Amino acid sequence: MKKEVTINVNGTSYTEEVEPRLLLVHFIRENLELTGTHIGCDTSHCGACTILLNGDSVKSCTIFTVQADGAEIATVEGMMQDGKYHPLQEAFKEYHGLQCGFCTPGMLMRAIDFLKHNPDPTEEEIRWGISSNLCRCTGYNNIVIAIEKAAEKMREVEVETVA
Amino acid sequence: MEFTCKTSKEIGGMGHSLKRREDDRFIQGKGNYVDDVKLPGMLYMDIVRSPYAYAKIKSINTEKALAIDGVITVITGKDLEEHNLHWMPTFLSDTQMVLPTDTVMYQAQEVACVIATSRYIAADAVEAVEVDYEPMKPVMDPHKALDPDAPVLRTDKEGKKDNHIYHWENGDREKTEEVFKNADVVVKEQIYLPRIHVASIETCGCVADYQTATKKMTVYMTTQAPHAVRTVVALVAGHVGLSEERIRIISPDLGGGFGGKVPIYPGYIVAITATFLIGKPVKWIEDRTENLQADSFARDYDMTCELAATKEGKIQAFRIKTLADMGYTDGSANPSKYPAGMFSICTGSYDYSTAFAEVDAVYTNKPPGGIAYRCSFRVTEAAHAIERMVDILAQKIGKDPAELRMENFIKKDQFPYKSALGWEYDSGDYHAGLEKAMNMIGYDELRKEQVEKRAKGEYMGIGICTFTEIVGAGPSKDFDILGLKMFDSAEIRVHPTGKAIARFGTKSQGQGHETTYAQIIAEELGIPAEHITIEEGDTDTAPYGLGTYASRSIATAGAAAAIAARKLRDKARKIAAYLLEVSEEDLEWEPGKFSVKGAPEKSKTIQELVFAAYTNYPPGMEGGFEAVHYYDPPNLTFPSGAYICVVDIDGKTGAIKVRRFVAIDDCGNIINPMIVQGQIHGGLTQGIAPAMYEELIYDDEGNILNGSFMDYLVPTAVESPKWETDHVVTPSPHHPLGAKGVAESPTVGAPPAIVNAIVDALSPLGVTHVEIPVTPYKVWKILKEKGVVD
Repeated sequence: MKKEVTINVNGTSYTEEVEPRLLLVHFIRENLELTGTHIGCDTSHCGACTILLNGDSVKSCTIFTVQADGAEIATVEGMMQDGKYHPLQEAFKEYHGLQCGFCTPGMLMRAIDFLKHNPDPTEEEIRWGISSNLCRCTGYNNIVIAIEKAAEKMREVEVETVA
Repeated sequence: MEFTCKTSKEIGGMGHSLKRREDDRFIQGKGNYVDDVKLPGMLYMDIVRSPYAYAKIKSINTEKALAIDGVITVITGKDLEEHNLHWMPTFLSDTQMVLPTDTVMYQAQEVACVIATSRYIAADAVEAVEVDYEPMKPVMDPHKALDPDAPVLRTDKEGKKDNHIYHWENGDREKTEEVFKNADVVVKEQIYLPRIHVASIETCGCVADYQTATKKMTVYMTTQAPHAVRTVVALVAGHVGLSEERIRIISPDLGGGFGGKVPIYPGYIVAITATFLIGKPVKWIEDRTENLQADSFARDYDMTCELAATKEGKIQAFRIKTLADMGYTDGSANPSKYPAGMFSICTGSYDYSTAFAEVDAVYTNKPPGGIAYRCSFRVTEAAHAIERMVDILAQKIGKDPAELRMENFIKKDQFPYKSALGWEYDSGDYHAGLEKAMNMIGYDELRKEQVEKRAKGEYMGIGICTFTEIVGAGPSKDFDILGLKMFDSAEIRVHPTGKAIARFGTKSQGQGHETTYAQIIAEELGIPAEHITIEEGDTDTAPYGLGTYASRSIATAGAAAAIAARKLRDKARKIAAYLLEVSEEDLEWEPGKFSVKGAPEKSKTIQELVFAAYTNYPPGMEGGFEAVHYYDPPNLTFPSGAYICVVDIDGKTGAIKVRRFVAIDDCGNIINPMIVQGQIHGGLTQGIAPAMYEELIYDDEGNILNGSFMDYLVPTAVESPKWETDHVVTPSPHHPLGAKGVAESPTVGAPPAIVNAIVDALSPLGVTHVEIPVTPYKVWKILKEKGVVD
C-alpha cells in the first residue's frame, strides 16, 4: 500500500515510504519535523502552508506527497544561507511585517516566487501577488513595505536563493 | 503632548521602536505553536460533530470505528458522565456540555471523540462512528426564541421556562423618556451587527500529557488566559484527582487570538480526559471548518438606537434597546458583574448627561456566542451604535458630521469626565484628534470634490468615526471572572551580572510582549531591554494573572512591570547609599545609575548595584534582586480615535473602493511606536472585515452556509487599503506609565467610519443606513431600488 518517494528538501534528499494519501504538508511537518510550514485551513485559501516545489510556490496542504516524488522542495527553514538572513527575512523583521508569525513562513515563500517573476513590483502588484496568503494580524501594510524593500535589495545584490 | 524618550537607544526604554525579539524565531520557521509539539507515544484525537442544529441522539455505535487498526478508543458523553465530566462552566457562569448524553444543540457540536495512533486513522474513525439522530426544528431567530410557543432549549436548567438568559440595563429610563418627549429632533434606527468569527490563522488545539507516575497533567494549549484555564480545570476535574498544583497549562506561541482563544472548548476537556484515562499524550488540533463552525462567535446584537437633540444638533440623550443572540450557551468571558460587557460606553465621545441602555439575551440553536472579536467586551457594538446615530442626526438636520461632532465633544478640560452611564473617562482630547485627522486627509478639499462628483452623478462618500473605548479590565472592586479578580502580574528577577528574566500573567498572541515588556523594565531600571528575557504562558513559572484580551495587557501587567521595577529601584537606591556612604536622599537617579547629588563622579550603575545585591549588601537587607507585583488598576483606561474614510462607489455595479483611510489614535503614552502602529494596521483590517466582508450565515434549519474560508471572506492584501496613521497623546493620569492600551481601538473605530462613508456616498438617494457587511450586492440592490440601475 505504501509507496516509496524520494524528495529533496532544502538541499537534503529524503527517501521514505508513505501512504498515498499523505498530504505533502504533513510529510514536511511530521515525517521531516520541519514545523516552520504551517496549516491554517483545509481549503487551500490561507496559504500558511506555502512552500516552493521545483521553484514554484504551492500550497502543500493540497498536494499528496507522492505527487512530489523526485521534486525539489524549499521551506522557510532553507531560507538562511551561511547563517545570514535572506533579504525578505531581514525586511520582514526590519519593517515589522509580522506579528503572531503564523502566516509568515508561507508569506515569505510566496514572496520569493513572486519576486522571481516580478523583481520590481508596484505596491498594487505586491498586494495582488500575495493575495493567495491570509494574514490576520498585520493589516498587510508592513508586509507590502517589507517586500518592496527586499525587492530593492535583491535587485542590487545577487541573492543565493533557495531552490 | 508628545512623549520624549528618557532612555538612550542602547537602553531601549519607552518610546523606542525596538525591533521585535520574537521575530528571529518566527522568520526562521522556528516558532513553537501547539501543533509543533510532539511528545513520545503521542496519540491523536478527532471529533465526530453533529450535522443537525437540534436533535435527539438515539444511539451512538462505535463498533466499526473501534475495529479500525490503530483506534484506541471512542469517548462519548455517556463515558464522560461516568466520571461526572460531561458538563463544564463557561467563564460567565453559564454551563455547557462537554459531550452530549442525549441532545445536540447546534450544528457541528462535538458528539464523540476518537483517539487513535495517527491523525489519519482518527479521521477515518470519525467517519466510521454511527450516530442515529432524531432531528428537531431548531430555534434560529432570536426574536422568535422569546415567543410563548417557542420550545425551551435549556431543559438542563431546572425550572427554566423560556429562552431568556438575562436582562441588563443601565441609566435612567424615566429621565431619558422625558428628554426624548421634549426633544426638537429624534432619530431612530435599527442596527444589526451579525455573527462574525475571529478566524485567527492558527486554529485551536492542545496536547494534553498526563504522567501517571508523577500524576502531573501538562497541557500545551492555545489559550489567551492560561492561569484562569488551570483554575477552571481544577474546579471541573478536582474530584477525579486533578488538583491545581498538579495541572500545568503551557500556552506556547499563539498564531493569533483576538478573543477566540479565551473560552474553554469541549475538545480541550476531552483531550485532557483522554490522556488522564489512557496515560499517553493526546493531541487535538481542529481544522478550519471546525474552527469556523463550532468555536465561539462574536456580535449578534440587534440594536434599536435613538438619539435626541436640539434643532441645532446639540445631543441631549441616547437610548438603546438590544436583543443579543447568545446561541446555545452564553460563551462570553465578560467580567461577572457585566453580562453585556462594557456596552454602556455607548454614549460615546459626547457631552450629555442622559442615557438609557438595555440588553436582553436569549438562547438559540446556534453555537455558543458572546466572545469578543478583537474588542473589549461589546465596545464595538456600542461604538457602532452611537457613531452611526450621530451621522444619522447630522444627515437629518443637514449639518456636516465633523461640525456636529466638534460641537458635541467632551472638552479636554472636562476630564476626568463622568459619562451619562457612569464611567469616569480618564483623559482625552477629541477636538485635537478630529482636527488632526481632517487636516491629514484634507477634509475641506474632499467635501469640495464630493460636490463636483455629485453634480456628475458619481458616488463619493466621506465617513467619520470619533470613538471612545474602555479597556484594561479591571479594578478589583468591580471586575472579576468566576470570582477571580482581574488584576495582572509581573515578576522580575535580575541575575548577579545584571541580566534579567521577567514573567507575566498575560499571554501575547502577536502583540510583541517580549519586546514591549522588556522596554518597560528598561525604562524603569536602566537595564538594556536586550538583556531582559520575557516569559509568559507557563502556569508553573509565571505569576497568576487573567491573561491577554480586552486590550488589558499594558493597562494591567504593563503597569505591574513598572511598579515591580520601581520596587527594585528602591532597593538599588538603598544599596547605593550603603556603598557610596551617603543617605538615600542624597542620591539621584538617571536611567541606569544612581549618583550623589552635586558629585556626579560618585555613582553606581544598576549593574554594580545588582551585583552588590548578591555579594555586598547592607546588613539586615534581604539578598537577591527580585520583585513581584500584582497590579489592581484604580480605573479603566479610555483610548479614543478619530478616523476618516473616503469611498468611491461604482454607480453601475455597487462596487465599493476604500480610497483613503486615516486613523488618529490616542492610546496615551506609547511604549514601542513601531509595534503600536502595527497593531493599528492589523486592527483596521479587522475593522474593514466585518464592515464589508465577514458574516456567518445560517439557514432556518440551523445549517451554517459559509463555514469555510471558501466563503467566509477574510480580507486579503487586495481588500485591505493602505492605512494612514498618526496619534494624539493624552497620557492616562492613573496608569504608572500613562499608557492606555491600543490593540482593539482600530477594530472598534473602523466599521462605523466605513459605513458612514458608504451611507454618505448614497445619501443623495435618500439612504440613511446600511447594515454590515456592506457588500457590492447590497449597494447594487439599493441602486436598483432607487432606479439608478435597471
